[in-house]
Amino acid sequence: MRDLLAALAELRERLKEIPQADERRLPDLKTEILGRKAGALTRILARVPKLDPASRKEVGAAANALKREFEAALNARERELKHAATSVSSLDLTMPGRTSWRGGLHLVTQVVDEICEIFHELGFTRAVGPEIETERNNFFALNFPNDHPALDAQDSFYLDGDLLLRTHTSPVQIRTLERYRPPIRVVIPGLAYRRDPFDASHSPVFEQIEGLAVDEGITFVDFKATLAAFARRFFTPDTQVRFRPSYFPFTEPSAEMDVQCQICRGAGCPTCKQTGWMEILGSGMVHPAVLENTGVDSERYSGFAWGMGPARIAMSRHGIPDIRLLYESDVRFLAQFAEGAR
Amino acid sequence: MIVSRRWLEALLGRSIDPREAAECLTLHAAAVDAVVPLHQELGDVLVARVVEVRKHPDADRLSLCLVDPGGGAPPVEVVCGAPNVQTGKVYPYAPVGAVLPGGLKLERKKIRGVESNGMLLSAKELGLGADHSGILELDTAAPPGTRFIDAVGIADHQIVIDVPPNRPDLLCHKGVARELAAVLGGTVKLPPIPGAGGAAPAGGDAALGGRRRAPSARDGVAARAAEPGAAAGPSGRVISGVVDGVDVRLEDPEGAPRYMIAVIRGVRVGPSPQWLADRLTSIGQRPINNVVDATNYILFELNQPLHAFDLARLRGPAVIVRRARPGEKIVTLDSVIRTLTADMTAICDAERPTIVAGVMGSAESEVSTETKDVVLECAYFQPTRIRRTRRALGVSSESSYRFERGIDMLGMPDAVRRAVELIVAVAGGEQREPVLDLWPEPQQERTIFLRPDRVTRLLGTAIERSETEQLLSAVGFFAAPKEARLAVQVPGWRPDVTREVDLVEEVARLKGYDAFPDELRPYRPGTVPDAPEEQARARVRDRLVRAGFLEARTLSLGPPDGPETVAIRNPLSAEEAHLRRRLLPGLIRRVEFNWSNRNRDIRLFEVGTVFRVPGGERGAGSGSLPEEWTSVAGVLTGARRPPHWSEGAKVPDMDIWDLKYHFELAAAVAAPGSLVQPVTEGGGGWAAVQQDGEVVGWAGPLEADAPPWAAPLFGFEVRLSMIERSPVAYRALSVRPPVERDLALVLPPGVTAGQVSDVLRRAVGPLLERVQVFDEYRGPEIPPGHRSVAWHCTYRDPVRTLREADVVALEKRGLAALEDELGVRRREV
Ligand SMILES: [Zn+2]
Repeated sequence: MRDLLAALAELRERLKEIPQADERRLPDLKTEILGRKAGALTRILARVPKLDPASRKEVGAAANALKREFEAALNARERELKHAATSVSSLDLTMPGRTSWRGGLHLVTQVVDEICEIFHELGFTRAVGPEIETERNNFFALNFPNDHPALDAQDSFYLDGDLLLRTHTSPVQIRTLERYRPPIRVVIPGLAYRRDPFDASHSPVFEQIEGLAVDEGITFVDFKATLAAFARRFFTPDTQVRFRPSYFPFTEPSAEMDVQCQICRGAGCPTCKQTGWMEILGSGMVHPAVLENTGVDSERYSGFAWGMGPARIAMSRHGIPDIRLLYESDVRFLAQFAEGAR
Repeated sequence: MIVSRRWLEALLGRSIDPREAAECLTLHAAAVDAVVPLHQELGDVLVARVVEVRKHPDADRLSLCLVDPGGGAPPVEVVCGAPNVQTGKVYPYAPVGAVLPGGLKLERKKIRGVESNGMLLSAKELGLGADHSGILELDTAAPPGTRFIDAVGIADHQIVIDVPPNRPDLLCHKGVARELAAVLGGTVKLPPIPGAGGAAPAGGDAALGGRRRAPSARDGVAARAAEPGAAAGPSGRVISGVVDGVDVRLEDPEGAPRYMIAVIRGVRVGPSPQWLADRLTSIGQRPINNVVDATNYILFELNQPLHAFDLARLRGPAVIVRRARPGEKIVTLDSVIRTLTADMTAICDAERPTIVAGVMGSAESEVSTETKDVVLECAYFQPTRIRRTRRALGVSSESSYRFERGIDMLGMPDAVRRAVELIVAVAGGEQREPVLDLWPEPQQERTIFLRPDRVTRLLGTAIERSETEQLLSAVGFFAAPKEARLAVQVPGWRPDVTREVDLVEEVARLKGYDAFPDELRPYRPGTVPDAPEEQARARVRDRLVRAGFLEARTLSLGPPDGPETVAIRNPLSAEEAHLRRRLLPGLIRRVEFNWSNRNRDIRLFEVGTVFRVPGGERGAGSGSLPEEWTSVAGVLTGARRPPHWSEGAKVPDMDIWDLKYHFELAAAVAAPGSLVQPVTEGGGGWAAVQQDGEVVGWAGPLEADAPPWAAPLFGFEVRLSMIERSPVAYRALSVRPPVERDLALVLPPGVTAGQVSDVLRRAVGPLLERVQVFDEYRGPEIPPGHRSVAWHCTYRDPVRTLREADVVALEKRGLAALEDELGVRRREV
């Protein structure tokens, strides 16, 4: 028993070696002391059960205490070395870090979300509708006259019968008005189709965001204010906005909204054809005929509606020269906007 | 529509700033696309007076002129070769340094030993004509030094207006001038026609209606008011008359509700006078001859299309307005033989059609240099009829464009009167009999009632009744109070104004949209819930982005993809003649596009609409709506992750197991509750199957046109379901320690890892917290066809600490079941 206590005392001296051990020495030292078969302390511990009960208790306690001390010291040193290895100035910290593939939403999705989010703050929920529509929903219920130029088969993709691929998201106005009672405040993102060959500035399939607000007492002022608020949130708070007359069969009065060109800030540049303005959306007060066509009392209710092309807005905001870039899906293009559009 | 600044100025009787005019039109009427200055290349040319002409000392044909360039500068010497130069006269002068049309910059140079300080110019040198016989003598009161283009009448601006389809009144100078006058102030007055004998317009009121014969002779101011397009009289009725020996019969009053004919005898067809030719060239029109130019002038001044034809070519002489007979043929002005249908209106002589009404005339009836007597047609043709005719024949003209949009039926008498006056002024001849006016159903101005409080209620700003009246009358409406309302008469040139709200728009735009405040006012929240489809799409997009996929957007048009593909009746091309039934083919094309750009590592996904003919293959053509739903698809190829220098350059490519991971992930989000199962269809892979057995997704290797360096391509597609998802319930976290055991098993042929896991879980029960494959091995130690698969098992009891003996017992239970049900045994080491 005495010899075991002496051996423990001797072993305790070796604690001092630990703070000096480097990365190579430390594992060896650990094995020498605590190794499962030949560790010095392991061997002492192995002899403890053979001692008489009184000694067993004393030596066992001492040996286990020492074991804990060794373990603590070894762990501390290990941590110290590890810490040194990760912070040492010997590393070239300009070497690239480890990465993983980064995914990302399509730029147009991001812009659609951004726009819908702003309108969400202004009280609009999202509504959707089918891409295949009837002529009635796509044209006639929206107050298009029977011989309106837009009804030219030249401009729309027709399927069987009077079915066509919707030429705008406006038929969802009809569906919403027929299904819900006012107050209605919705934004309608979705795809629309026109018979334009795919070129630098046209795509036969394109995104559109429609909006509709109908309630008692909605006025031209509400209409202007809501869309101007949107423009200032989407662009910058000091962005100039102007409204000017336009024509859509389903709005009256109709208006086009321009915002100050974001490239030249209104001074005039090639992008805005020297006008200082960018056309952002077509809009207006809901035509009473649209309300009447959907069974809404046009004397009691009024409203406003608008439609805009997020792809076009994305192109002008991000300086994208060719609409095909958006749909070709070159991963280099997609990755440019993967971390967010701004 | 192109309008000329000078032309507008003539109508307004004052000068206008083209930019101000453009701004005014854009903000109050219709957008101006461009303002194009004309003759800017002559900006350096000045007006100069020749104060002395001497002989050139060294050349007989040249003269040495002393020229006053204006601006208080002393006279300069200019060498001139023109025979017509005279002292005291005024000429265009290009000083040294001026740039001439064609880009030539004038320099000071010696001509036969005498220095010339610039140049006096001929019409040809100015680019204003062919005349090079002498310098251009100017008739101007402008002092020397004035810019040439400011002194003579050619400086102009084209204002290009994007006229919306509802505003035919803006298709002429008078209409545009009316808008400018309404906003900027002033009045519109037709300028006198040069050479037309001054104040009293030729003909006057007496020139009208002299021989009108309307059988259902309603009094002119009778009840037929606000009904545009009211049906014409009973069919079969013929309205006719004679004017100066020409028989005119209106047999199709539906196609031509109002039809007027004037005859002018003894014209001399030739070039137009300069002022008329200039007017037309200033808006980009080519002058043709004085008679045709006169009709075009009226077209662009008053928006009244006119047609002049040669009386000598008319058999009869007669003008018969009737429906065309099916198969009737006409050789139009452009020398094309066109076949008419019964839907068209034809203007015929006694024998055959000579004009496709409102669209195009025939080569042989046209006015030519031989024409002596002119028949002038001034008509209102039914807009829809013209549109259909134009579309059927595939031909359009300035006239058809205007007839389609609707012209001013009430303004026709004034237009034809002015046209006759103009033709007589520029081509001579005389109108011996008044214009014949066939108008079986006379109409008068439409009256609309406007409630002033409705204006305020819709526009959100108080607008005085007097302001409303004033704004409306500025553009030709006549508003008279009638009880609490205003009775508003709509002028004939505004066919678009048919109901009260149209007048509200007039008030708003004339006041100016910018005049309304844009203050956000309180609103009531809407009743429409957020669309669950959009929420589901956002969830799955988000999940795939987090998994490292880039979102693609591909066009939904493509080639056919199986018998259930929905076809487009009028596609742009055969490759885009169908609606996609799946997203994967489009994504594969995008991968191939990326490969062609040398991109190797590609992970794309798309969330988009796909289509299928109703009820599968049999339902085609039934007229019911094709099915459409949202699909989610992904494609992946290339390195599993970006390489890192610390691990060597080569990173393994993604394989079928990466696909399985992403498919399970997509299926879990897009089709909650579905199970991913192996399938052999489609070249092998997995299917996502809903509880009811419906297959809602597929994943597997994809075929593509791959370059040799490309990595294998995989893909998946899942139908997005809108299932309401219940909230995730919390499961208690055990504080007891886990026991981990590895289990190496030998699987006989046909036994799958999935079966083994299932049996283990079922046999051991909930204490088997996790069971995970970590190795597969085939080799000599294993019987042929068998394989060894190793599992890492985690056991845990939530309420007590498991002992070694407990776990051994659990494992034994599992092994017994495996042997019993699958013939699977523990691998002997
Ligand atoms: Zn700009």
